[in-house]
Amino acid sequence: MGDFSIERGAADIARAVTAGSVSAADVVEAILSRVDAVDDAVGAYLTPLHDLARRTAANVDARIRTGERLPLAGVPLAVKDNMCLTGTRTTAGSKILEHWVAPYTATAVARLLHAGCVPIGKANLDEFAMGSSCENSALGVTRNPYDLVRVPGGSSGGSAAAVAALEATIALGSDTGGSIREPAAFCNLVGFKPTYGRVSRYGLIAFASSLDQIGPLTRSVEDAALTYDAMAGFDTMDATSVDREVEPSATALREDLRGLRIGLVRQFDTKLLGPEVDAAYRKAYDDLAACGAEIVEVSLPTADYGLATYYLIAPAECSSNLSRFDGVRYGLRVEAKDVQAMYEETRAAGFGPEVKRRILIGTHALSSGFYDAYYVRAQKARTLIARDFDKAFAGCDLIACPAASSPAFAFNAKSDPYSMYMMDYYTIPMSLAGLPALSVPCGWVTPPGGSVPMPLGLQLCAPQFAEPLLLGAAHAYERTTGHATQHSARVEAVSP
Amino acid sequence: MQSDSIDVRYVARLARIALTDEEVDRFSEQLGDLLHHVDALSELDTNIVAATAQVVESRNVTRSDERRPSLDRETVLEQAPRRQGNFFRVPRIIAE
Repeated sequence: MGDFSIERGAADIARAVTAGSVSAADVVEAILSRVDAVDDAVGAYLTPLHDLARRTAANVDARIRTGERLPLAGVPLAVKDNMCLTGTRTTAGSKILEHWVAPYTATAVARLLHAGCVPIGKANLDEFAMGSSCENSALGVTRNPYDLVRVPGGSSGGSAAAVAALEATIALGSDTGGSIREPAAFCNLVGFKPTYGRVSRYGLIAFASSLDQIGPLTRSVEDAALTYDAMAGFDTMDATSVDREVEPSATALREDLRGLRIGLVRQFDTKLLGPEVDAAYRKAYDDLAACGAEIVEVSLPTADYGLATYYLIAPAECSSNLSRFDGVRYGLRVEAKDVQAMYEETRAAGFGPEVKRRILIGTHALSSGFYDAYYVRAQKARTLIARDFDKAFAGCDLIACPAASSPAFAFNAKSDPYSMYMMDYYTIPMSLAGLPALSVPCGWVTPPGGSVPMPLGLQLCAPQFAEPLLLGAAHAYERTTGHATQHSARVEAVSP
Repeated sequence: MQSDSIDVRYVARLARIALTDEEVDRFSEQLGDLLHHVDALSELDTNIVAATAQVVESRNVTRSDERRPSLDRETVLEQAPRRQGNFFRVPRIIAE
């Protein structure tokens, strides 16, 4: 057994495993020991995969011995539990799929396994990826590794907690309105949502199909770029995946921001977020300038309508997608006197309150008499929002703004649904426009009533398909500021 | 735009979800509140704007009508809540 440091990044691990200085088996044993030590406290995983991890690691080592070159050789991977992996339980955090075993593997997962990743476990999430704190999971509680009394964010909360607590090196998340970027901000990670259609959604349990996109959560921009490069690209199994060449991002990382114009959004006033958070973001914008960027002001006049637009379109699509859970072919069934009652009782018992709320509002928005006033109007608003971004990008290369409306909050702090929805105020407009965007650590604040500093995330956003530019710039900011390394996760203190 | 009310019982029937009286009351209030927020969209002038369903270029996708490998039938049927032989078993739909 080698003495492998679980803090090492994906690029570093892949080099070491490829060079033979450490085996994938040693890497995975070290990570599994970490999972055994801390996951009772963190709760990142719904289903740890010890046996599969060991078998896969042995297979990676065998592939390396035969001379195969694997860009992610031996890299421990957490998979959000709304993505299929053959033979493993895949729940979407819902009672309706609590015992469902996936009969096939999602394309994004398959491509990472092909690249040498080792799956460590299926990570917790808000039920069907609907939520911003992971509290909507029907199957488990996930805690923020930086302060266990706080949420990890959501919906990819288990993915974020796993990487932050060193229970995985990288994770897959999915982002519909901010579900990668917000938990990344809460857990001091890089969280990257590519352009809509860049990563195949085949095998991702659908929430809102015109918005859903898979992406990585990592401890560095370099690792995010490597992961993205390994899974992006056209897939015949997803008719909405984009058939367009993927330029590699890992080779586009930059050391400074000279020659780039970065737009600050006039309508996003960070003073509303409180003096400490405001000061942190002002510092972040100053740091972008110090890295060589030219800071300009841009206008997104309709961005303020993003939340209203999203909370019609996403629930409408959700109500349609989730109609497949009817107790007939898979998942939970509650027997009842006739088929109508069987549907109604199955869905009543299988879905949690947030999922029910979204199905109901979506059904309402699509129903006869309301369709034009709600759904069509929201689609038109979506057009206006996308146009605003087009105009803004005529005057800048990237847009910078907060990734979330606050640092990680305490459990049960957002009992009113709308206050939870507000967490994604800054991430939803980019999702509606299908733009690539990421969160990168940008500072620390001690929240009111909190006892330790919590991380903040800076969101950077680029035009469609400009992933290399986006990741390249984020790398320069990350390297120059070094915020992520200022504090460590505190799970040691409570591990047995 | 519409008023901020939603007939939760009617919509739940359309969505095939049984609700308790307590859920009807709670969801009526919460969803009425949400509708109040989304009514802000009526401030936007959308009369001459096209609706966006999809934000990246999309095209119709077809393939030739040929047999291809698919999931193993037994693997799929193992996931069925109830089965009978090679069929999914469902409650009686047509009355005797």
